[in-house]
Amino acid sequence: MSLIKSSLARKYVMALSGLFLVLFLILHVTINLASVFSPDFFNEASHFMGYNPLIQFLMQPILIIGVVVHFIMGFVLEIQNKKARDISYVKYKGSANAPWVSRNMIYSGLVILAFLALHFYDFWVHEMAYKYVEANPEDPTRYYHETVEKFAPFWRTVLYVVSFVLLSLHLWHGFASSFQSMGVNNKYTPGFKKFAKIFAVVVPLAFAFIAIYHHLNPITL
Amino acid sequence: MKLYLKIWRQKDASSPGKIVDYTLDGVEGDMSFLEMLDILNEELVSKGEEPVEFDHDCREGICGTCSLQINGEPHGPDRLVTTCQLHMRKFKDGDTIVIEPFRAKAFPVIKDLIVDRSAFDRIQQAGGYISVNTSGNTIDANTIPINKHDADEAMDAATCIGCGACVAACKNASAMLFTSAKVSQFALLPQGRIEATERVQNMVRQMDLEGFGNCTNTGACEVECPKGISLTNIARMNREYLSAISKG
Repeated sequence: MSLIKSSLARKYVMALSGLFLVLFLILHVTINLASVFSPDFFNEASHFMGYNPLIQFLMQPILIIGVVVHFIMGFVLEIQNKKARDISYVKYKGSANAPWVSRNMIYSGLVILAFLALHFYDFWVHEMAYKYVEANPEDPTRYYHETVEKFAPFWRTVLYVVSFVLLSLHLWHGFASSFQSMGVNNKYTPGFKKFAKIFAVVVPLAFAFIAIYHHLNPITL
Repeated sequence: MKLYLKIWRQKDASSPGKIVDYTLDGVEGDMSFLEMLDILNEELVSKGEEPVEFDHDCREGICGTCSLQINGEPHGPDRLVTTCQLHMRKFKDGDTIVIEPFRAKAFPVIKDLIVDRSAFDRIQQAGGYISVNTSGNTIDANTIPINKHDADEAMDAATCIGCGACVAACKNASAMLFTSAKVSQFALLPQGRIEATERVQNMVRQMDLEGFGNCTNTGACEVECPKGISLTNIARMNREYLSAISKG
């Protein structure tokens, strides 16, 4: 805990948990894209993720801890930062020297957090109930149908897509920023910043494409 | 030109302050911002009113004494200049200019536009030095070869004048650009490496104790810094600190 008392240690925690979540996003979007291009592979991958003990009982708790640490630290930083300027400026021209996304990470983060609550309810709670409460037998073919059905309601598709826009804004600043926090700023940084911005657009765009695709292509039995 | 000034007036540290409106005529583009305030103060004094208190010293852009948040930006709308080097040609007739003190919990207002920036002095005292025996045994600095790149970067970091614009600009009132410049100017040189591990930890600890905010890498400090201190210094401090705490 003494480590967290240091402003720099808090930066490291924020950056490392963020980078871990970026890695998770890559895995998540890759598997999800399969739901559009290869439902069979999507079913296989989802079943593996859902039943492999290493994933379920090691990686999944680590992921949840990563998410919780990232947003708790985000709140802690925001509260401390507000305290550091106890009297506000009458006129503060933040747009003159820093982009909107970097100044409003807490708001894009809060939208993502609200989205995660819905996302957990939609998939994780459902999955836990299916496996452990209802104790249904393994069915390696159910995932594709379940996913596509989730995007049948228009409201859910819209909420997901709006959240992906906010995810894009969050990554736009956060991805490259995490390297700066870890002390990485060298001749490759300008190039990496461009890559991070492309990543920040492409990954949420892929998630949005998947949601919209399934909404527009419902399963007709 | 005629200007409409909205200036923060505060009697002392414990009194509440407020924005007071002034109209100032006859301002010329060649005047510096501080000269414009001098004219205002002459008018106020001639009317028997209390002049506006503000910090200034060299008026050459090198001492770091002048401050002021001008229309929402530290040192005003110009880049790479201090308030004393900001000229009124950057404004036009009829403009309204809001003038406030630098705001941070660690920079309490003393009076009007003057803030106490001694928090920076305490950060510097916590490690911004090298311990050298100067009692007659001084060795010429050039006896230790230093490559040009490192020497240039150390010099760039050392150009920080400690004005506090980085803190004033940062939405978090973070002092990391200042502290990192002071850490860097020593970390890059062999003379500074000897105490590097303790230095970065002590200076960061003092920075946190003073109540500055956390850095969220918005880059506002770098944009507003009158000396162009780079964010690479903050990355270097982050590396130095990581290396220091990993050594225990």
